[in-house]
Amino acid sequence: MLKLVGGGGGQDWACSVAGTGPGGEEAAFEVARPGDRGEADGWGPGWGCAGIPDSAPGAGMLQAGAAGPVRGGQGAEEVGESSGGGEERAVRHPQAPALRLLNRKPQGRSGEIKTPGNDLQRGRLSRGSRVAPPTLGMGDRSGQRERLAPHSLGAPPGTGAAAVNGMLHNGFHPPPVPPPLVCSRGPVGGGDATPPRLPLLPELQPQPPLAQHDSPAKKCRLRRRMDSGRKNRPPFPWFGMDIGGTLVKLVYFEPKDITAEEEQEEVENLKSIRKYLTSNTAYGKTGIRDVHLELKNLTMCGRKGNLHFIRFPSCAMHKFIQMGSEKNFSSLHTTLCATGGGAFKFEEDFRMIADLQLHKLDELDCLIQGLLYVDSVGFNGKPECYYFENPTNPELCQKKPYCLDNPYPMLLVNMGSGVSILAVYSKDNYKRVTGTSLGGGTFLGLCCLLTGCETFEEALEMAAKGDSTNVDKLVKDIYGGDYERFGLQGSAVASSFGNMMSKEKRDSISKEDLARATLVTITNNIGSIARMCALNENIDRVVFVGNFLRINMVSMKLLAYAMDFWSKGQLKALFLEHEGYFGAVGALLELFKMTDDQ
Amino acid sequence: PGTFKMAECGASGGGSSGDSLDKSITLSRREGLQASFHPPGLNFAWFVSPLTGGSLTKLAYYSTVQHKVAKVRSFDHSGKDAEHDHEPPYEISVQEEITARLHFIKFENTYIEACLDFIKDHLVNTETKVIQATGGGAYKFKDLIEEKLRLRVAKQDVMTCLIKGCNFVLKNIPQEAFVYQKDSDPEFRFQTNHPDIFPYLLVNIGSGVSIVKVETEDRFEWVGGSSIGGGTFWGLGALLTRTKKFDELLHLASKGQHTNVDMLVQDIYGGAHQTLGLSGNLIASSFGKSATADKEFSKEDMAKSLLHMISNDIGQLACLHAKLHGLGRVYFGGFFIRGHPVTMRTITYSINFFSKGEVQALFLRHEGYLGAIGAFLKGAEQDNPNQYSWGENYAGSSGLMSTAPELGPTQRARSGTFDLLEMDRLERPLVNLPLLLDPSSYVPDTVDLTDDALARKYWLTCFEEALDGVVKRAVASQPDAADAAERAEKFRQKYWNKLQTLRQQPFAYGTLTVRSLLDTREHCLNEFNFPDPYSKVKQKENGAALKCFPGVTRALDSLGWEQRQLALVKGLLAGNVFDWGAKAVSDVLESDPQFGFEEAKRKLQERPWLVDSYSKWLQRLKGPPHKCALIFADNSGVDIILGVFPFVRELLFRGTEVILACNSGPALNDVTHSEALIVAERIAAMDPVVHSALRGERLLLVQTGSSSPCLDLSRLDKGLAVLVRERGADLVVIEGMGRAVHTNYHAALRCESLKLAVIKNAWLAERLGGRLFSVIFKYEVPAE
Repeated sequence: MLKLVGGGGGQDWACSVAGTGPGGEEAAFEVARPGDRGEADGWGPGWGCAGIPDSAPGAGMLQAGAAGPVRGGQGAEEVGESSGGGEERAVRHPQAPALRLLNRKPQGRSGEIKTPGNDLQRGRLSRGSRVAPPTLGMGDRSGQRERLAPHSLGAPPGTGAAAVNGMLHNGFHPPPVPPPLVCSRGPVGGGDATPPRLPLLPELQPQPPLAQHDSPAKKCRLRRRMDSGRKNRPPFPWFGMDIGGTLVKLVYFEPKDITAEEEQEEVENLKSIRKYLTSNTAYGKTGIRDVHLELKNLTMCGRKGNLHFIRFPSCAMHKFIQMGSEKNFSSLHTTLCATGGGAFKFEEDFRMIADLQLHKLDELDCLIQGLLYVDSVGFNGKPECYYFENPTNPELCQKKPYCLDNPYPMLLVNMGSGVSILAVYSKDNYKRVTGTSLGGGTFLGLCCLLTGCETFEEALEMAAKGDSTNVDKLVKDIYGGDYERFGLQGSAVASSFGNMMSKEKRDSISKEDLARATLVTITNNIGSIARMCALNENIDRVVFVGNFLRINMVSMKLLAYAMDFWSKGQLKALFLEHEGYFGAVGALLELFKMTDDQ
Repeated sequence: PGTFKMAECGASGGGSSGDSLDKSITLSRREGLQASFHPPGLNFAWFVSPLTGGSLTKLAYYSTVQHKVAKVRSFDHSGKDAEHDHEPPYEISVQEEITARLHFIKFENTYIEACLDFIKDHLVNTETKVIQATGGGAYKFKDLIEEKLRLRVAKQDVMTCLIKGCNFVLKNIPQEAFVYQKDSDPEFRFQTNHPDIFPYLLVNIGSGVSIVKVETEDRFEWVGGSSIGGGTFWGLGALLTRTKKFDELLHLASKGQHTNVDMLVQDIYGGAHQTLGLSGNLIASSFGKSATADKEFSKEDMAKSLLHMISNDIGQLACLHAKLHGLGRVYFGGFFIRGHPVTMRTITYSINFFSKGEVQALFLRHEGYLGAIGAFLKGAEQDNPNQYSWGENYAGSSGLMSTAPELGPTQRARSGTFDLLEMDRLERPLVNLPLLLDPSSYVPDTVDLTDDALARKYWLTCFEEALDGVVKRAVASQPDAADAAERAEKFRQKYWNKLQTLRQQPFAYGTLTVRSLLDTREHCLNEFNFPDPYSKVKQKENGAALKCFPGVTRALDSLGWEQRQLALVKGLLAGNVFDWGAKAVSDVLESDPQFGFEEAKRKLQERPWLVDSYSKWLQRLKGPPHKCALIFADNSGVDIILGVFPFVRELLFRGTEVILACNSGPALNDVTHSEALIVAERIAAMDPVVHSALRGERLLLVQTGSSSPCLDLSRLDKGLAVLVRERGADLVVIEGMGRAVHTNYHAALRCESLKLAVIKNAWLAERLGGRLFSVIFKYEVPAE
């Protein structure tokens, strides 16, 4: 669970951004190595087929997500420049953090002490049954805390004293953050009282650090006062995060109903985040906001606003955490709800480097809750769910809206790096049926190896131009026509990559054909496993989600075709517009639940 | 019929598997064999695997094998007194007999012309006009075949052939199927054939994957498939590693680390997977790292990752189908599997993982021949081979696993005859003994030598040491044959080589047992035309024992009831000491031919015996008589005549009917059915009880269907089984080391049983906790 960890005062987002990059070349969301494939699109790992025993908590699946590369590199350049400036500044102003450090650390530790994330998470994940997903509301959580970590009681979040005690009791040492780095996180802003700066293009408006004139305690008070009038509502910013193996998916709620008074009170740091995220569509070299997916005029937790969908590669995670640290994100007292394997993998880094405690959430819970939520609010007046009419006829095949008001039971196939397949019987009754390690990661991985491409987009582009029948051995290649004894059409693939057994054919094959064959192979395989699961579970609606389907019409139509053809029309393949973001949305929803229960 | 049927298959994708070894083709060997044993003329079926343009061709054909058999015949002088001193009790004549045999061989496609020439040479005088063909290679070679052989190629459906072949081997070859466990010893766990093989799932992994549900001999259904199969491994692997050959790819895979290429759970979860109870090594995304890491991946690692990806995928689909159809047994076949431990291992892992142990991955020893066998069966439907039972001929078959890519060059060279399988047609169908308590769990053999390294070492050495004596006896049995010594030497070489193979690969012919070692020796002797090396010894012994019969029965009749029962049992046991099969005994017998019945009795262990439930038996005898006793006899001479017949006579006295079962064919000095018939007649002439019982059909002599010194109660002559049922047999007597100790010691029956033997092997005696000539007397009554 994440948290607060009160920092000393307002943060200057612009400044933060500026201060991010180490070499002055890289920006907030940037990948560590320029040209790294990491910036390629990818997916959060789905559960590998190879296996996770269903009994394992692994049932939790890694959420899909995708971060596209920055096209044109504009954002990167801009941010890059600015980050250079930031660093200079950081060196120039090493003073501020001493007090804040002291103040913050204890709180950070206290967060940890109070809610040993692992314990909590383990408790949740090891529940025997998934039938009743946990309500991660505060009350509920405390209950769990009691059960799981009795010694962690007694340190309510945000109470400095308790936090300090906690630290002392536990003998925690300050994290090994070198002072200059702390310093570079930027000055403590003027707290709530600081007049907001509105750097539309933060990178162009490097701000000198402000003097720290409010005590952290006062800042906390102000913050709380600001929210006190709205009980059951967490403080801004509202994020939900899904950290997959390949891709981080981030949803951000931008309140549009901010009153003048609120605007006045809004801390600088918070404002700059809002402005930065909403005024850009690309962050660093690899962060992307999927503008077309933005949900407008959404009411969440009593506030009206827009929900933004952002993705970036998981390998940029350290950069991201670093930024969180430098921007003193921890001062915002927000709860960072995260799901996906990365929530576990990076938990320590969040805590040690950024002083942020993650609220870790089960990815399957998040996936389902997120999906149901997005479907229920619709896609800006249009339906979220769709299917393909006449899937077996390429001429007549077309996308049609589908009403998912009565979704149960459904087979949910989440295609990330790997694939997880769930049978969902109600909002909180579902089971993980199986999974396969042949997923989006396999498609991209093989494509990279076979064609030398580097991104998902590139791979798909090639695949779109290719012809898999040059690569695959078809039934007719073997039998000269249909294989009637078994009712197999001559055009059916008998052996994926089967033609590549021949050296002559290997030598003459095009990259595009190879990419296409890889795509078709992976897609058909997922379809086949999904179909078998649907049969075994006796479910006739199969919902495909995950970032493997992003900009991937080929796979969607193939899946639609395969479900229809092999089931003789009994199975329906359904798709959702927000493919890979449901885990992140689910994580955000948990944030509200926590607050509700508080 | 004097025909020579042929099935042929090619294009098994295993392709490169061992160039050198396949070059041996063994055509020359076959040629030699056929030249001497096979009549000219043949017709064939042709099978070619549909899957790849692989480089292996399999040739399957049916031949009639002419070989010598020893026949016994009573002298036609019933009126005369047969008690003349030096006259044998019956005459022995060696005759030519024709039996049917199925042959399967495999060779590289480059030799196809040579193969066709070979076939053509044997095509003389045949009425055959059609070759059965199936599979992709059938299309490929159709023209060549038709032109060369001037025969029409008739195409057969591939999967139909595979399934027919699969049914055939499952029905006819005990221990055909095995479970593969990589890190256990033995790696192979052979399954005893379930009496009812249906239904099962057959997953054929060729270039693609076909999943077929087989419900009956003729009913099967394609339930699914996958395009990700052996062709994907080969094709994609060749692209990724620039390695051309399938076997080389497997070899690369066996050296690689897939964790360098695959994204694992721990890569996503960091260290947290441990606290979450996840296995961090599970693959989350195959090739996931190659999508995010910009680096070079080694060929080995990629090949391994690919292998895992494909095996896991196939295993998963197989499990999903097995679950959907409620099947627990899944047989895997196809070139992806064919003798490759690497793929068997990954498939097994995958099946265990996905089914959580509910589905068993089974592999077949003769998987590579299924298509060829099926094609043959299709082509031979008018002869209906399925109405017969067939037996694997160990002499003519090579063992499992010789193409394993891990094998070093020396092993490869040694496996030059790997690709052979011969099946002899048995005269009559074999079935389970109806009295078996649980046919599906019945295992004939007492000790699994694949499992027991110590015992294996001992027995292999024991058989090696006994080889000289066997060779000597074989030569001696044919004093008039000029080439006997030469053939005996060939026999020695052949059996010696088999023993060496078994030292290296104990699992080569299924579970290694004393029985399989004995049977292999018999097969090898037959192969070199020593059909019955002991025929003269048996003749002599039978003659001598018959002379003693009246005296022995008189002595028994003079005893009181209780004394007599013990004497009868001792007689059974003493008779059993006369066993040329056991080395210790043959030593004594060779040096002291006067070793007699009484001497044997004295040698016997005093009661209490090593295993001694005699009192219980005696108690039982005081009760009501058994309805019908089934007795499996052991040796000729003293054993059958002075041991078994007096015992039979006592049972008849009591009003118990007796079915006396003897081997159909010769094995060591075991009494054969035809010998037993003569012996019984001779005894009937001396003894009114036996006489009237024979006439009244209260004493029936039947054959077991076997030519083994051991006894497999799951493969017995159908006539015997019918009779056992008709007569309501309620007692089974199994006599001798081979039948009651090496096999069936633990066999559980529905009725009372008596297993008795004298341990004539010091090592075995010690193992059982006794000494040489210890006595086993095991009387068992089934639990109610």
